[in-house]
Amino acid sequence: MNKAKAMSNNQALHQLSLCALREGLDSKQFSSRELTEYFLSRIDQHDGEYNSFITVTPEPALAAADAADRRIASGEQNALLGIPMAQKDIFCTQGVRTSCGSKMLDNFLPPYDATVVAQMQQAGAVTLGKTNMDEFAMGSSNETSFYGKVKNPWDTNTVPGGSSGGSAAAVAARLVPAATGTDTGGSIRQPAALCGITGLKPTYGRVSRYGMIAFASSLDQGGPMTRSAEDAALMLNAMAGHDPRDSTSAALSCPDFCDGLEQDIRDLRIGVPKEYFDDRLDSEMAGAVREALTELEKLGATLVDVELPNSALSVPAYYVIAPAEASSNLSRFDGVRYGYRCEDPQDLEDMYTRTRSEGFGDEVKRRILVGAYALSAGYYDAYYRKAQQVRRLIKDDFDRAFEKVDVIAGPTCPSPAFRFGEKQSDPVAMYLEDIYTIAVNLAGLPGMSVPAGMINNMPVGLQLIGKHFDEATILRVAHQYQRATDWHTRSPVE
Amino acid sequence: MQWETVIGLEVHVQLATKSKIFSGSSTAFGAPPNTQANAVDLALPGTLPVANEQAFHSAILFGLAVNAEIERRSVFERKNYFYPDLPKGYQTTQLAAPIVGEGSIEINTGTDNQTSRHIRIHHAHLEEDAGKSLHEDFHGMSGIDLNRAGTPLIEIVSEPDMRNAEEAVAYLKKIHAIVTYLGISDGDMSQGSLRCDANVSVRPMGSDTLGTRTETKNLNSFRFIEKAINVEVARQIDLIEDGGEVVQETRLYDSDKNETRSMRSKEEANDYRYFPCPDLLPVVIEQKTIESLRQKMPELPDQKRARFETQYELSGYDASLLCESRELADYFEQVAENCGDAKLAANWVMGELSAYLNKENLFISQSQVSAAALGQLISRIDDQTISGKIAKKVFESMCESGDEPDKIIAQQGLKQVSDSGAIEAMVQEVIDNSEAQVLQYLAAEPDKRKKLLGYFVGQVMKVSKGQANPGEVNRILAEKLK
Repeated sequence: MNKAKAMSNNQALHQLSLCALREGLDSKQFSSRELTEYFLSRIDQHDGEYNSFITVTPEPALAAADAADRRIASGEQNALLGIPMAQKDIFCTQGVRTSCGSKMLDNFLPPYDATVVAQMQQAGAVTLGKTNMDEFAMGSSNETSFYGKVKNPWDTNTVPGGSSGGSAAAVAARLVPAATGTDTGGSIRQPAALCGITGLKPTYGRVSRYGMIAFASSLDQGGPMTRSAEDAALMLNAMAGHDPRDSTSAALSCPDFCDGLEQDIRDLRIGVPKEYFDDRLDSEMAGAVREALTELEKLGATLVDVELPNSALSVPAYYVIAPAEASSNLSRFDGVRYGYRCEDPQDLEDMYTRTRSEGFGDEVKRRILVGAYALSAGYYDAYYRKAQQVRRLIKDDFDRAFEKVDVIAGPTCPSPAFRFGEKQSDPVAMYLEDIYTIAVNLAGLPGMSVPAGMINNMPVGLQLIGKHFDEATILRVAHQYQRATDWHTRSPVE
Repeated sequence: MQWETVIGLEVHVQLATKSKIFSGSSTAFGAPPNTQANAVDLALPGTLPVANEQAFHSAILFGLAVNAEIERRSVFERKNYFYPDLPKGYQTTQLAAPIVGEGSIEINTGTDNQTSRHIRIHHAHLEEDAGKSLHEDFHGMSGIDLNRAGTPLIEIVSEPDMRNAEEAVAYLKKIHAIVTYLGISDGDMSQGSLRCDANVSVRPMGSDTLGTRTETKNLNSFRFIEKAINVEVARQIDLIEDGGEVVQETRLYDSDKNETRSMRSKEEANDYRYFPCPDLLPVVIEQKTIESLRQKMPELPDQKRARFETQYELSGYDASLLCESRELADYFEQVAENCGDAKLAANWVMGELSAYLNKENLFISQSQVSAAALGQLISRIDDQTISGKIAKKVFESMCESGDEPDKIIAQQGLKQVSDSGAIEAMVQEVIDNSEAQVLQYLAAEPDKRKKLLGYFVGQVMKVSKGQANPGEVNRILAEKLK
């Protein structure tokens, strides 16, 4: 490990990008086992401070590392081969507890791997463990996890964002080179912004949802959480693709997302929606994001004002649709077949009631109640149907904007990381964390957050939104931006 | 007061697809509990449904058979309720956009089966079956078997067009015939492949507003449907005539007590919170798929019946009985082709053969008597090797041994005696022993003689052990008694 630490231009191993790790592995500067042991020991030493992992799996990780070393020795070329990763604890992993951050699944050992997990394993990535998250991905601060809150490595008194807060904190604290996340209303992009890393939510349908425990099926999408756009592209290559087991997965072939990253952005028109610079946006945040936009302009892109007039409706529409779907998706947690079951049930009704009352946390219960209400007889038209109509309008807004521009850019979230407890007692304030990210899920578009400044030593996220299935262009903009700036290389740890 | 009954049926048909509607598990009946339930059927977290194309094809075939509009874009919805044998906590079904739109079928009732009625079908939709809850043998707990969970069903919803139990049974039999002709279901009611709920109401004769209806569940045989409807109609009429009111509710038929009893009232009904299933995209059926399925449509019951009437000159009644099941119709056609006498073939299939199958409780496919063998037997009647009466005896042996008729006739020496010398001797013997009857016969008026002749024929047949050719016996007797 000391040998490893001294590698690669004297940079510590944990500060290396995926590309640099690849080079090191291929040129035999270090083995996958050494790398894996190195990161496992970092987790062991430092995660007590952040609580970013729910489960760490040293033995299978080392076995996978040895297998990867054999594949490397046999000359196999694969970007992720032998590289340590973490999986958000929402992705089912065969034989390894998959809790979704809930007491309900504290004892759940899936008998199968999620498609994303299987694809990453096939690529040779080494899974170190499962990262912490808001319970059932419901939250923007990681305070709802049954396994305790995750702390932001930039300031452990502040939240890492959510729901993929564990993955974001683990990558930011350099406990793992990259991790998976999922994003239903901003759950990759917002924690990426708050922790100063790069997070990509692909187009709905780009990454298989099979084995990814559902929150809101029409919005959920898995994606990479990394330290750079280039790393995100490498990881997306392994995660994306059509899956016949997911009917909503797009039957499209995927490009190599690394192709074209090096191309400049002088041909691109970047839309700036005025609605994303409203009075809810922190003024320093607005300044930082404007500066990032100016940087893009310097790189040759043309900034264009666009309108997304129905943006303000996205949060209310989302908080009907997502809870409605969740209320149905979470019905399967009934104590009958797996997961938590209450002690000594008196009858069926008692088993259902106590299992679900004891197994779910408050935020999950709140959303189940809201969702069931929105779908109930007499209210369906006023809420669910209306919300779907609004969703259509929001999608139309984007379609119109994308007639004029190639990418839309703005803030990822209204302010930098906030302190624990600050918004927990006010659900609406918490829900407004996602005002700039939610519309992207409603429209099914790809979006990413890249580090774009610091306010009081806390990271700022720039959000880039692309056309359907055009992850390549936002990755290119992000990569070109990252070539010109060094925000993404800032690290809260030595 | 005169009452009119109004009946609408909801028929659930299990489709004979190899795998389940949203997973790759087998649908075969009778496996040990939970051995045909995979991660999707168990609703493990993260699993997703993938629609079975074969189930769609089956539903489209049904739609074409009932002249229905095939909805080009159909949507699965979730019907949310908690039950232990419903693993996801919702049933995936169709509501606003079902695969099969409005259609209709013709049914025949009345003693001659010649009264034709047009029954409209409101729609038919695809859905998944639930598992089974087992309440015995678990010491006060319940067992759950999820083998059946996810078996594809089509639910066929009729308009309230039936006016009595007989029509309801005829409708159900027609549905049964259509789905088995199409080969989309085995139609085995004893295994729950075809189940029926009956919406029943009554109203004063002549009224055109519908009375309050009840829905009676758990009707799994033609006989029970008829009985359940009849007792429910009687209950409703008694109730109203006693000054009461029918309550809209779900009722359960108890076949042991032959009564219906309340299961749950409208107020207790679940709010199912239907909404489009976000895991399944709307399915768009292409016209070319519909056309290619149309090309594959087999001959349907009504078409076959019409053909039997013209091709085999059968009565409408005979043809419709034979066409009730595709196996029976196919069997009949083989017998008719084998012996070349369709009328006699029809009589034997509906008579002796059906009686034998009923008595032994066999499907036609399990019959000891093959169509070829029955054809041969009828040929032996036609070529006068045996009489019709002896043929019945031969048929009994065929049912027992499964042997060919020629073998039985030879072994048991049943060949008909047509030799006029031998018959003449037997006739003479009878006349010699029947002095009184001969005198009576000769004294009788010519129009009474025919009846009296029967006595002598009977005696001759007795002497011949039934093997004398009846035509010859009649001819010779008539000559001798002149």
